[in-house]
Amino acid sequence: MAEDMLAADGRPLKASLNRALRRQKLRALMLIAPLLLFIMVSFVMPIFDMLFRSVENQIVSETLPRTTLALQDWDATAAQLPDDPVFEAMYTDLVLAAEYKSHTRLGSRLNYEMTGISSLFRKSGRAVGRFDTDRYTDAFQEADPAYADPAQWAEWMADDEIRAELPRTADAYDGWAKMLVSVEDELPVEEEPWDFVYTALYADAQAGADLPISVDLSGVEPVSLQAQFEDIDEDWLDPDVWLTIKRYSPDYTSGYFLNSVDLTKGADGIEARPENEQIYITLFIRTMIMSMSIMGMCVLLGYPIAWLLANLTDRTANMLMILVLLPFWTSLLVRTSAWKVLLQQEGVINDILVWIGLVADNDRLQMINNQTGTIIAMTHILLPFMILPLYSVMKTIPPSYLRAAKSLGATNWTAFWRVYFPQSVPGIGAGCILVFILAIGYYITPELVGGTKGVFISNRIAYHISSSLNWGLAAALGTILLVVVMLLYWVYDKIVGIDNVKLGG
Amino acid sequence: MSGVPIYATTGQRIWYYGFRVICGLIFFFLIAPILVIIPLSFNAQDFFTFTPEMLAFDPEGYSTKHYEDFFSNSDWQLALRNSLKIAPVATLISVSLGTLAAIGLSQSHVPFRRGIMAILISPMIVPLIISATGMYFFYSNPYIPTPFGKIELPFTLTGTYIGVVLAHAALGIPFVIITVTATLVGFDRSLTRAAANMGAGPVTTFFKVQMPLILPGVVSGGLFAFITSFDEVVVVLFVGSAGQKTLPWQMFTGLREQISPTILAVATILIAVSVVLLFVVELLRRRSERLRGITPS
Repeated sequence: MAEDMLAADGRPLKASLNRALRRQKLRALMLIAPLLLFIMVSFVMPIFDMLFRSVENQIVSETLPRTTLALQDWDATAAQLPDDPVFEAMYTDLVLAAEYKSHTRLGSRLNYEMTGISSLFRKSGRAVGRFDTDRYTDAFQEADPAYADPAQWAEWMADDEIRAELPRTADAYDGWAKMLVSVEDELPVEEEPWDFVYTALYADAQAGADLPISVDLSGVEPVSLQAQFEDIDEDWLDPDVWLTIKRYSPDYTSGYFLNSVDLTKGADGIEARPENEQIYITLFIRTMIMSMSIMGMCVLLGYPIAWLLANLTDRTANMLMILVLLPFWTSLLVRTSAWKVLLQQEGVINDILVWIGLVADNDRLQMINNQTGTIIAMTHILLPFMILPLYSVMKTIPPSYLRAAKSLGATNWTAFWRVYFPQSVPGIGAGCILVFILAIGYYITPELVGGTKGVFISNRIAYHISSSLNWGLAAALGTILLVVVMLLYWVYDKIVGIDNVKLGG
Repeated sequence: MSGVPIYATTGQRIWYYGFRVICGLIFFFLIAPILVIIPLSFNAQDFFTFTPEMLAFDPEGYSTKHYEDFFSNSDWQLALRNSLKIAPVATLISVSLGTLAAIGLSQSHVPFRRGIMAILISPMIVPLIISATGMYFFYSNPYIPTPFGKIELPFTLTGTYIGVVLAHAALGIPFVIITVTATLVGFDRSLTRAAANMGAGPVTTFFKVQMPLILPGVVSGGLFAFITSFDEVVVVLFVGSAGQKTLPWQMFTGLREQISPTILAVATILIAVSVVLLFVVELLRRRSERLRGITPS
């Protein structure tokens, strides 16, 4: 073709069409954009926040920045205590953390990894302000009153040369000044620095730095910080405490994930948790097995119903469909409370069984607060999610196929198994994935009828969020669950297509 | 399949009736637990089972005291009011944004359609406990992520009415998207072209032509979103505080701690609500199919 075809406005037709298509795409996206933005903010970002929290571990390096740094040089494998700079760093960090009141939070964080650290930190936070380090303060202030002058200190600490000469002091002073402004609401130029700043100054002087006003420190008896920490609690002399702090000082940790599969970071790499702390693998397996049983029960009960509905006249099928849709529309709490009423030992089912005489009055069946209760109640709750997709697939299978099979000599069973059943498999697949996805993340029903033996992984997540406050572990458990569900979602999308999800027939 | 043919063997007859009995039992399993609640809610005693008086149909055995308790107890009334304050607003957000997006998604050329759809449906698929966990973390300390770090926002959404409404709106969106896109599949595009041809602007076309036709789908999507919010416990348990205690939350604590028969009265009321909703949705579905020229089944 020699010349391009032109549109009415004289442009090449191709370009004109492209432009129209682009505009159409843009308009579609503009319509979708508000909702997409809304979902991003209200739903997707929270999910990512949770994923992030499962590996985030900034609390140690934020609360104990100096210690974290000092511990980097410490050889953890030697099973020896870290040396003085680490104790100095810990002293400064702990005083500041106690002022910020963040040491207890850190303590409970580390307590997940080593029992006892929580109380150690709480105790130390109270005692750390009463160290004998005031000896240094007195020595400096007696030697020269300028060392007691807040304004003089502020002037020194603004001088880059002095700061370079006294790195520890500068660092301690900065931390102190920042804390003073934010916690005590005071100005550093009006307040005398605290003991730990003088301790840092002493350490600088011992390291050979030139003091702004030279002081003879030979008469000052050095304070052993290690001994001071020992006085608070002997646990500070336990290398394992320091090992735990060092091990969990990186900003990101795999600790929560290891914990959620019953592993822990030991002295030489990853090892299994003690036997009595291994609960999560069991819980994951139990969640899987129970979800599978619920799924199996749903297929077993849903298949005949779907078959019946698909083969009745439309009028009757619609009537019976109400019996399926009513539970579907009824509040989850209503259905759960119904099962609680029915299944309990003084409940309706036990009463009937006693009345018939199947069960002795003093030997009533235990059907609630165990796995049986969870499986019965959840099968009932999820059954409509199995029947509806099965029904919509079975509706498309022509009944003449069965008749054809039979007229060719197949028995009822062969006709069903070789002809009908294979065609209904997509429905079974769709229903099974849907029921499984819904079952695996259930919380309310297991919580109310599951007791201790019939709970799922989601109940454990809720427990860590609201009771034990181990949010990182909750996030890690949630991430694992989410990955499983997303995998199934992807499979579902491949098999059924998310566009084909149907609600209520 | 209409009855057993007269030439059927005894085995076939047994199978035919046996199968029906089995189906009947399964239907019984589906519906009986819900029905059994209704008479129990009129129990004159504080029991969860049938008393001898009730079985003898003695009027003494029945009373409406649990209903009176529901309507006079301030806890329950507060919960009911909260539920009625949260669900409609959440529904309004899901329906307005959802309908707009569903119309966008049903255009013929939408880039990344599959991906967008997957994201929009995900609140229905992701287990509630995970959504609740994420929302609890994020809403308590919202931030804007930037490549240079987080910009923390100076407010919190946990324990606020707005937080719960946002969360519930997000959970309701998949239902609106699914029902409205399903309605739009059968929508005759030539109608909007005809309207445009006659000089109507896009807004007029939408409100005068497209909206009335897809309205049944929109309303039933809205009902789904409403019931999702109205029936939701897990997220409100995490994101809300005592001030946002909803009806299901009150039922949940009631069932877990001091189990009181008032719950059965509430349950009966909720069953009545769901029966009404079920019929409205069914009517809307038929109407929608009729409007689109499909014979309702």
